[in-house]
Amino acid sequence: METVPEWGERHPPRQWSTPVSDLLAARLLMGISLGFHIIFAVVGIGMPMLMVISEGLWLRTRQPVYLELTRRWLKGTAIMFAVGAVSGTVLSFELGLLWPYFMSYAGALIGMPFSLEGFAFFLEAIFLGIYIYGWERVTPRLHWFAGWVILVSSMISGVFVVMANAWMNAPSGFDLVDGRPVNVRPLAAMFNPAALSQVLHMTVATFIALGFAVAAVHALMLLRDPHNPFHRRAYAIALVVGGVAALVGPITGDFSAKDVAHRQPIKLAAMEAHWTTEAGAPILLGGWPDEAAEVTRYAVPVPYALSLLAFNDPTATVRGLKDWPRDERPPVGVVHWAFQVMVGIGTLLAAVAVLGAWLRWRSGRLPAQRWFLWLVILCGPLGMLAIEAGWTVTEVGRQPWIIYGIMRTADAVTPVPYLPLRLVLFTAVYVFLGIIVTVLMRQQVFQSPRGPNWPQA
Amino acid sequence: MPSLETLVAAILFGGLTLYVLSGGADFGGGVWDIFASGPRRQAQRDTIAHAIAPIWEANHVWLIFVIVLLFMGFPKAYATISIALHIPLVLLLLGIVMRGSAFVFRTYDVREQRTRRRWAVLFAGSSVVSPVMLGVIVGAVTSGTIRVDTATGRVQTDYVSSWLGLYPFTVGLFALALFAFLAAVYLTLETDQRPLQDDFRLRALVAQAVLVLLALASLALSTTGAPMIGFRMAAAWWGLPLQLLAAAATLGTVWALWRRRFALARLLAVAEAVLILWGWALAQYPFLVAPDLTVDSAAAPPAVLAALLAAVLAGAVVLFPSLAYLYRVFKARRRTV
Repeated sequence: METVPEWGERHPPRQWSTPVSDLLAARLLMGISLGFHIIFAVVGIGMPMLMVISEGLWLRTRQPVYLELTRRWLKGTAIMFAVGAVSGTVLSFELGLLWPYFMSYAGALIGMPFSLEGFAFFLEAIFLGIYIYGWERVTPRLHWFAGWVILVSSMISGVFVVMANAWMNAPSGFDLVDGRPVNVRPLAAMFNPAALSQVLHMTVATFIALGFAVAAVHALMLLRDPHNPFHRRAYAIALVVGGVAALVGPITGDFSAKDVAHRQPIKLAAMEAHWTTEAGAPILLGGWPDEAAEVTRYAVPVPYALSLLAFNDPTATVRGLKDWPRDERPPVGVVHWAFQVMVGIGTLLAAVAVLGAWLRWRSGRLPAQRWFLWLVILCGPLGMLAIEAGWTVTEVGRQPWIIYGIMRTADAVTPVPYLPLRLVLFTAVYVFLGIIVTVLMRQQVFQSPRGPNWPQA
Repeated sequence: MPSLETLVAAILFGGLTLYVLSGGADFGGGVWDIFASGPRRQAQRDTIAHAIAPIWEANHVWLIFVIVLLFMGFPKAYATISIALHIPLVLLLLGIVMRGSAFVFRTYDVREQRTRRRWAVLFAGSSVVSPVMLGVIVGAVTSGTIRVDTATGRVQTDYVSSWLGLYPFTVGLFALALFAFLAAVYLTLETDQRPLQDDFRLRALVAQAVLVLLALASLALSTTGAPMIGFRMAAAWWGLPLQLLAAAATLGTVWALWRRRFALARLLAVAEAVLILWGWALAQYPFLVAPDLTVDSAAAPPAVLAALLAAVLAGAVVLFPSLAYLYRVFKARRRTV
């Protein structure tokens, strides 16, 4: 059966092969690099949102606690932004260092969003310099404006990068002739069919993850120091941003899943560990996909749910993994579990957001009961975990293709030998950076500032 | 009217030039952190950190800009360089990562002086590694030893011999000297204290002398290390006038530094660097990776180049006013004595 009739011809396999260990090392290294960078990218996009809110409140109310909050959040952000800038640089080189054949094939096609992203990143770095070091050099309004520029340009940066990734899932904007892309249309490639759903879901996920992570840090401080006005305000702002986004998350997630169901049915099948094409397909909760036997064991089925969620019709036919030859299937277990983790966390965070809103509405006070603080603390790392899991679904779910249906990952990898060495080297660097950043953030974050005239909560 | 391919290549090279003039000087600052000495040692280091802090991240983006332009506009050249020069690129990356991280860690680490000093050492060390590797990569790209089968994209290389040699490393040291020279000249304008200005003035003059020696060494070695490009530098019609202009800028910089005309010295130092870089560009043209990949043969389709050009023009409209504003906020208040 033809799996991707839309594109028909494929990139011919490379004439020489690379050892499996090298391919695996390259994939692992790319995954670790992306997984590391995404945390800093999320902070770099989410923190400006929190800071423009608190600085805006400072300009309006002139309560010094908001100024202090903005300044302290900014210190942490400055550290995270610098590490994000250099880890992002690593990625722009790694595309070539690890996947030169992908880049020589697709560089021209994914270059458009990347070149625009370059300018957005420029603006972000420029105005971050002004935001961090310009307190005494520009007027308060201009300073706030700089914060807005950082927020908008960092969001746009993220959007462009996700658009480039979406092209790998929905290659478009060219015609294939003899395995080569011709008649290239860069804008059509940029606005590929997968771009909208991926961009929306990632942008929302960013604010969920960042909001809950920051709220958790301040919730932890509120356990020790329950009436500290600094932490109460910080907690409130972060919880509102994270909570509102968490309510939108399931909607963008649903949109994404339906999009995948139409465009990449095999990815959906792997996400759901769904082996046999059938009408009225169930959703499988949990379970162990056995790739050899082509069944999923020990799962709890929810009848008709998959057909309903994927196609808005409980009797719709959903294609199963067995429709594709084995060498075109992604690793089912990883994709299925990553998907479950993401969806589970998203649901949990949305529920916590509803609960928090209800507590606030019922009592008219900040939801800072000890048990709810504990709940938020437990949710703190989950948003980031969900983002990592979501990208695992996107990327591992596309395997064995680097460009879906067109170029195999194995044909894109560099011929440079001893790639596991690079894996060890860069992993060590990331571990080192991770430890240092953690230490510095602890120094910056775990403090309870008090001012003489700050209002009590 | 130059072709679309040449135009995009020129913009790419313009981005590289701006990276050298801005980001390069930030690396040069790290060099002078190592060589900080005498009674004003701490003041020198503080001046360097203070000068770099608000702008280094923006300056660094020029490198990203160049990389993105290279892989969108000339994907084959990007892929070929990534394969053949994998090792120096990895070292360059490690330097970039460590420099940026160490700099910001030093700024925010509130522990005792000793820990901060350790960050400073890492910052300074990586500020040396990255420029050398950048120069090594340039040397290798000009050497003509990276061969690629343009039909299959297969690069014929042992991953080592094209960059591990006397000529590429001389170019590497030349790049380091150039960055350090620019940094020292800029730093004379970063303080109002005359003794501190004199410290940087002396460093600028020393760096200029070293730079001239390494320039001559690079040119001499290029006759064997990069025969094609070295020959063009010497024999083309523009070769002599360009070298005379560069020599004039060099002497002018020395004179201006000597007379303590620091703003003029900065202008002339920039002119000197631009002449050096564009001399290389002229000698290199039309090759991207000599001898197999030219600006035309490595280029993306015209539709892509046109879109890229449009994106760059649109981006420039917001970028340059923002950059000018950044520099005005942080650099405009300083003036010479």
